[in-house]
Amino acid sequence: MNSLINRMTKMMTSKRNMWITFSLVMMGLLVGPLTESADAQIAVKGEIVYTIDGDPIQDGVVLIRDGKIERVGSANRVRIPSGYEVHEAKVVTPGMIDARTVVGLAGYYNQQHDQDILETSNAVQPELRAMDAYNAQEFLVGFVKSKGMTTLHTGHGPGAVMSGQTMIVKSTGRTLDEALVDSTTMIAITLGSRVRSNFSSPGTRSKTVSVLRQELIDAQAYADKRAEGEDQSRDLKKEVLADLLDGKVKAMVSANTASDIVTALRIQREFGFPMVLEGAAEAYLVLDEIKASGVPVILHPPMIRPSGEVKNASVETAAKLQEAGIPFAFQSGYEGYVPKTRIARYEAAIAAANGLGMEDALFATTLGAAQILGVDGRVGSLEQGKDADLVLFDGDPFEYLTQVEAVIIDGEVVYLRE
Amino acid sequence: MKVIFKLMVVMICMASVVQAQDRPQVFEGAEIIPITGEPISNGVLVVQNGTITAVGAAGSVSIPRNAERFDMTGKVIMPGIVDTHSHIGEGDGGDRSAALHPDVRILDTIDPRSSTFIKALSGGVTSVNIMPGSGLLMSGQTVYVKPKPANTIEEMLIIVDEETGIYGGLKMANGTNPLRADGSPGTRAKSAALVRNMYIEAQEYKAKLEEGADDPEKMPDRNLQMETLVEVLEGKRIVHNHTHRHDDILTAIRLADEFGYRLVLQHVSEGWKVADEIAASGYPASIITLDSPGGKLEAINLVNKTGGVLEEAGALFAFHSDDPIVDSRFLRRSAIMAVKEGMSRDMALRALTINGAMMMDIDDRVGSLDPGKDADFVILSGDPFSVYTHVEQTWIEGEKVWDREDPEDRKYATGGYEIYRAAANHHVHMEGH
Repeated sequence: MNSLINRMTKMMTSKRNMWITFSLVMMGLLVGPLTESADAQIAVKGEIVYTIDGDPIQDGVVLIRDGKIERVGSANRVRIPSGYEVHEAKVVTPGMIDARTVVGLAGYYNQQHDQDILETSNAVQPELRAMDAYNAQEFLVGFVKSKGMTTLHTGHGPGAVMSGQTMIVKSTGRTLDEALVDSTTMIAITLGSRVRSNFSSPGTRSKTVSVLRQELIDAQAYADKRAEGEDQSRDLKKEVLADLLDGKVKAMVSANTASDIVTALRIQREFGFPMVLEGAAEAYLVLDEIKASGVPVILHPPMIRPSGEVKNASVETAAKLQEAGIPFAFQSGYEGYVPKTRIARYEAAIAAANGLGMEDALFATTLGAAQILGVDGRVGSLEQGKDADLVLFDGDPFEYLTQVEAVIIDGEVVYLRE
Repeated sequence: MKVIFKLMVVMICMASVVQAQDRPQVFEGAEIIPITGEPISNGVLVVQNGTITAVGAAGSVSIPRNAERFDMTGKVIMPGIVDTHSHIGEGDGGDRSAALHPDVRILDTIDPRSSTFIKALSGGVTSVNIMPGSGLLMSGQTVYVKPKPANTIEEMLIIVDEETGIYGGLKMANGTNPLRADGSPGTRAKSAALVRNMYIEAQEYKAKLEEGADDPEKMPDRNLQMETLVEVLEGKRIVHNHTHRHDDILTAIRLADEFGYRLVLQHVSEGWKVADEIAASGYPASIITLDSPGGKLEAINLVNKTGGVLEEAGALFAFHSDDPIVDSRFLRRSAIMAVKEGMSRDMALRALTINGAMMMDIDDRVGSLDPGKDADFVILSGDPFSVYTHVEQTWIEGEKVWDREDPEDRKYATGGYEIYRAAANHHVHMEGH
């Protein structure tokens, strides 16, 4: 919208053609309100404002200026400047974060043409970039946005030793560039029995681990030469694995059984890369080991169907991770059938009701997730200078009947309830 | 054979009634939601011999002197949830040898000890229509059961028609699931033609049976497929027809109208597009809600507002889990998700209980808290519409069959019940239930 205005202004200034100028003035009148809305400074008033980095504020106000949070405080201390567009709600929270999803790569038609989360020509392809397959206008991206999910960690799915990369986007924008927050966040690695259902080799869980270790050992040699400034031919796969070994990207290791979780931690100790556990259905059996490793957990959706590797999933695992002091976040995960995506907030709600409690669930869907994803400098709490991503609710964000009234991303109202 | 089977079932049912507690049980202090009447804020529920004997406000119901009394202050009591479409119990149905298998009974394959039954109890489900799958035009006979601890499927049956021995419905499906890329049916029109031919054959068989009643010489040979479909034609066995797209829904209605059988429309993902037609048909709908659309092409237009639209249109509808599509533990949640999209709370509760019972011809036994009905009910920790509310106890026929306070039972609500190395004794516990 800004560039259009600039162009219009330039053309009008030239005064080459009065008729064009007149037309543009008329257009300007037509697009005027829209322009205002996109660039408006916004004030959000909440009966309760959960800033996350501090105590909830009763009768709070959040001022938004140029897409960033300008000021947060109680209504009797923060005056709303004139000209600010005011929105009000019972409950205001930071935009919520889906710590692991595949929306944008796995479309809602669920036909071959819209499924881009797993490439099966090779079991080891960490070089596959999420951004090269992201459809910013996919239906489900907009759907999860309307449920209050503003930041998405999305990308390649589980099912290969290394299926590809993940990235972080906002659930808005017409193009990748408009949505992108972080292009290369993690490498998706899978341990356990799911790999062998997609590949003839590795055909066992132990072979999966040996393939993984050999790839990392090969990449270590590449990383060492790179550190010494030696010339070597470009190798997309080794470059990203060297980035992993150098701590520039993280490994997201899907492991669900207790033995696969412990194996994941063993590999992490061997190579020392930054790691996040994904799934972790039986985490409650190995809490001490996870805690000692310092590895955070992107927990399976609590409503996941308990079968196969996740047959022992529990709705109480989040509460147990919280009690153990293990950082964790919620995800919508990946669904091969119906529903094509879950809603991370709905999943967190089940954990909230099963021992975790509302405020800890809220932390895990906002700042907790941002910290694990490494984007807490930009999102996850309502603090001055952070991205103005907010959700306006008519009640407890996790209660079944609570509605999202509005969603604001980067200071723009991107969803308003009908 | 059928008579012998029927007698066995009746004997077993009688045995279980005798086991039920003779001493009256009184549940006091809870908000009682009878479904057929207004909620009672300080209610009393009286149960004896597995049957409800009285429901009313405190002071208006006489408490039997020798009663066992349960203080339920702060709790909510509602009827057990009726699931009109589920795949718990690990049974199967017809095979790929043909498209139509009305002779196949899922009853013959269900495992009464399946942990899926306890999981359903932990969600407050007390009556279930267990169906074979939707990959065939007719995949077999369904069975209506209560998921109570049992050694045999016979002990779990809800009804056995005294005259016919019928204990369930018939599963049918249209749309894309029954279609074969390399065989028949390959199209929707062929699907309908195959079904119609089968029912015409059944009409002829029925006519021969009638002739045979007068003249034994003319009695046709026994035919399991035909016998089942005659039950359908006579209105004794209800057809549960899986159907998603709006035109498939109308085709299901068209065929039921043609042959005069009783029909329950199952899923009706695009029911919101033809809600008036569904209401006008008089056939009830059994629906599902999901957290997002997408994932199955012919169900791409499934929306959670369908319940509200059907309510507005005046159609009879209920909710189902289609477990494992929706876990039985979250069936109550499914109805709430429809309330979120416009359906009334009152209708949500009806559509979880009495409406489903009507679709299985068991509404004289279950689905509401009324004197004379089975004492099947759920004790909730609070508001039925809150995420923070848990099922605390599930009762079937006056027996507590699931209790959240029992650590072994609790695992079926929370998960982790198959951690054999952590707790290898749940089978032992089952026997002591």
